[in-house]
Amino acid sequence: MEKKIRVLVAKVGLDGHDRGAKVLARFLRDSGFEVIYTGLHRTPQEVAMAAVDEDVDVVGISLHSGAHLALVPKVINYIREYGGNPDEMLILVGGVIPTDDIVELKKMGVDEVFIPGTPISEIVEFIKTKLPEKRKKNES
Amino acid sequence: MTRIDEKRREWEEKCLKPWLQKAGQREERFETLSGVEVKTVYDPLDIEHLDFVKDIGYPGEYPFTRGVYPNMYRGRLWTMRQFSGFGTAEDTNRRWKMLLEEGETGLSTAFDFPTLMGVDSDDPLADGEVGKVGVAIDTLKDFEILFDGIPLDQVSTSFTINPPAGIILAMYVAIAEKQRVPKEKIRGTIQNDMLKEFHAQNTLVLPPEPSLKIIVDIFEWGVENVPKFNLISISGYHIREAGSTAVQELAFTIADGMAYVEAAIERGIDIDRLAPQLSFFFNSHNDFFEEIAKFRAARRMWAKIMRDEYGAKDPRSWWLKFHTQTAGCSLTAQQPLNNVVRTTIQAMAAVLGGTQSLHTNSFDEAWALPSEEAVRVALRTQQIIAYESGIPNVVDPLAGSYYVEWLTDKMEKLAWKYIEDIRKMGDGSMLRGVLRGIENGFFVREISDAAARYQREIEEGKRIVVGVNKFTIEEELRIPILKVDPEVQRRQIERLKKVKAERDNEAVREALEWLRSAAENDENVMPPIMEAVRSYATIGEIMGVLKEVYGTYKKPIII
Repeated sequence: MEKKIRVLVAKVGLDGHDRGAKVLARFLRDSGFEVIYTGLHRTPQEVAMAAVDEDVDVVGISLHSGAHLALVPKVINYIREYGGNPDEMLILVGGVIPTDDIVELKKMGVDEVFIPGTPISEIVEFIKTKLPEKRKKNES
Repeated sequence: MTRIDEKRREWEEKCLKPWLQKAGQREERFETLSGVEVKTVYDPLDIEHLDFVKDIGYPGEYPFTRGVYPNMYRGRLWTMRQFSGFGTAEDTNRRWKMLLEEGETGLSTAFDFPTLMGVDSDDPLADGEVGKVGVAIDTLKDFEILFDGIPLDQVSTSFTINPPAGIILAMYVAIAEKQRVPKEKIRGTIQNDMLKEFHAQNTLVLPPEPSLKIIVDIFEWGVENVPKFNLISISGYHIREAGSTAVQELAFTIADGMAYVEAAIERGIDIDRLAPQLSFFFNSHNDFFEEIAKFRAARRMWAKIMRDEYGAKDPRSWWLKFHTQTAGCSLTAQQPLNNVVRTTIQAMAAVLGGTQSLHTNSFDEAWALPSEEAVRVALRTQQIIAYESGIPNVVDPLAGSYYVEWLTDKMEKLAWKYIEDIRKMGDGSMLRGVLRGIENGFFVREISDAAARYQREIEEGKRIVVGVNKFTIEEELRIPILKVDPEVQRRQIERLKKVKAERDNEAVREALEWLRSAAENDENVMPPIMEAVRSYATIGEIMGVLKEVYGTYKKPIII
């Protein structure tokens, strides 16, 4: 049997808006992914630790706090620090994120940013196609 | 009625049925946004069971279905109150003055996350969040700047703040003292509604029981000291934003309101003194008639509850006064100008539903905090409804509509069913029932399930969101986006350091010790909080003492 893709859905920082994160977690689970949800108010260290400990393939970070440019790179750096390899994972961000910041986040190593209203089917498709692509690219 | 009944049957048989056979219709089943099935057409038979005098009546009289004031907006328009704040106190003071100049009639404060959660700007947890989604407040010093040139005897101010609500109220009183405005005169609202935080909004610091204890402390202190100030804004808004239906929003908000009243009565607070200082806060979402029905049902329910269940004597105590915000969750990032139209419809529903104050969302809020241009359009939307549409000229103009009266009654019945379930959970007590529902995950599960249902409908294309899953275009974002100065955090931390260096640290220590002893000995925490604020203790220091005494809360994970 093929190994299920493991996804960490994470809320980082002080922001309590968890509707998007929870709905996403539920739908990804229903789409056949293995989903771990961090719960609320996690620090970048806690999210990174969970990503490494749980050996996930995808880290999905949800923010509605405007703190994405400060917190997302920290998560990525801590994953590396704790012995994980962000280049082998998909790093996804979702929430209220201005266009200019999307460009910035991608420079920081984020694979994609999903804005409000994104159909979850699109996120599912993205994970299924991009995860093997990214890993293949890193092998070569 | 027999004549109407005969006519209805005849119409169904001879007119509707052949038409449907020939032309069909778009859906098998039509329903409201909450999933309440609605018929093709409504007639007097649908509201036969309602009594005009008893259930609908006249505005300004029990059961207030039609509004709390006899002439509603013919006397005074609703307060146009835009939720606003970002960056430092200086940035927000400037935006507020612009809004007041542009015709806004009340202030409403958005705080940043560190302030909302009761941590200081220099706390490691605050890193990256200072001033981002609201104004950063650490001490009274920031409040002095925030209210510079804003006379508290001429304006009312709303504060969306929960765990540190008592601290913010104390700061506002301290500003009044500095401006020599008697505290008995200040007007405004603190949100101070922790129950809905546990259900939905998740600004969580202390566990439920001590959170409630402090809220009742604020009630007790507030009726004595700030009699014109709303001591709570019992909020359905966030419950709805978290994904609930309109019925759940209505039911859970009223249930929370009942829990607060029961907690106050247990403390021995006179209900007729407290009631005028209670206020409510609802969402106005896309389903126009359902929202209007929800507002009307809420008023009628609360009047019955206050008069008949809790025995309030003063008719003023039976009023449900409420603020409305249009639905943030209905805004789309795609084709952002469409949001102006959504917001207009939602704002009209709020006005037709008899709101006391209104915030209209800006069209760019699925992208960022609103730009000046966007917030101006939002405010103008209210002004156009107020001054051009004619809507405010007649009180409750939709009363008597067969559909609206039927739907109002339906919403009420569905909400009562929830309330009775919650009461059962608490063995007859709403207070215990709501606390039990928080403990066993009832509210969170109800809301999460509704949110998932809504998303599923969108995914399956059963629910159309214009510009998102239908009528989509390839577009480049062409709206200006507000950027918060990245220097805010550094500047704010510098100011905090300076305040700490200049204040009388012995006075701070004494006030915090007084607070600790009050919390430990189950005394009212407001007098020591007032003292701590006056001596420039930080929000983090004050909340820190409360956390040490009461512990903190970690929310169980329910997906």
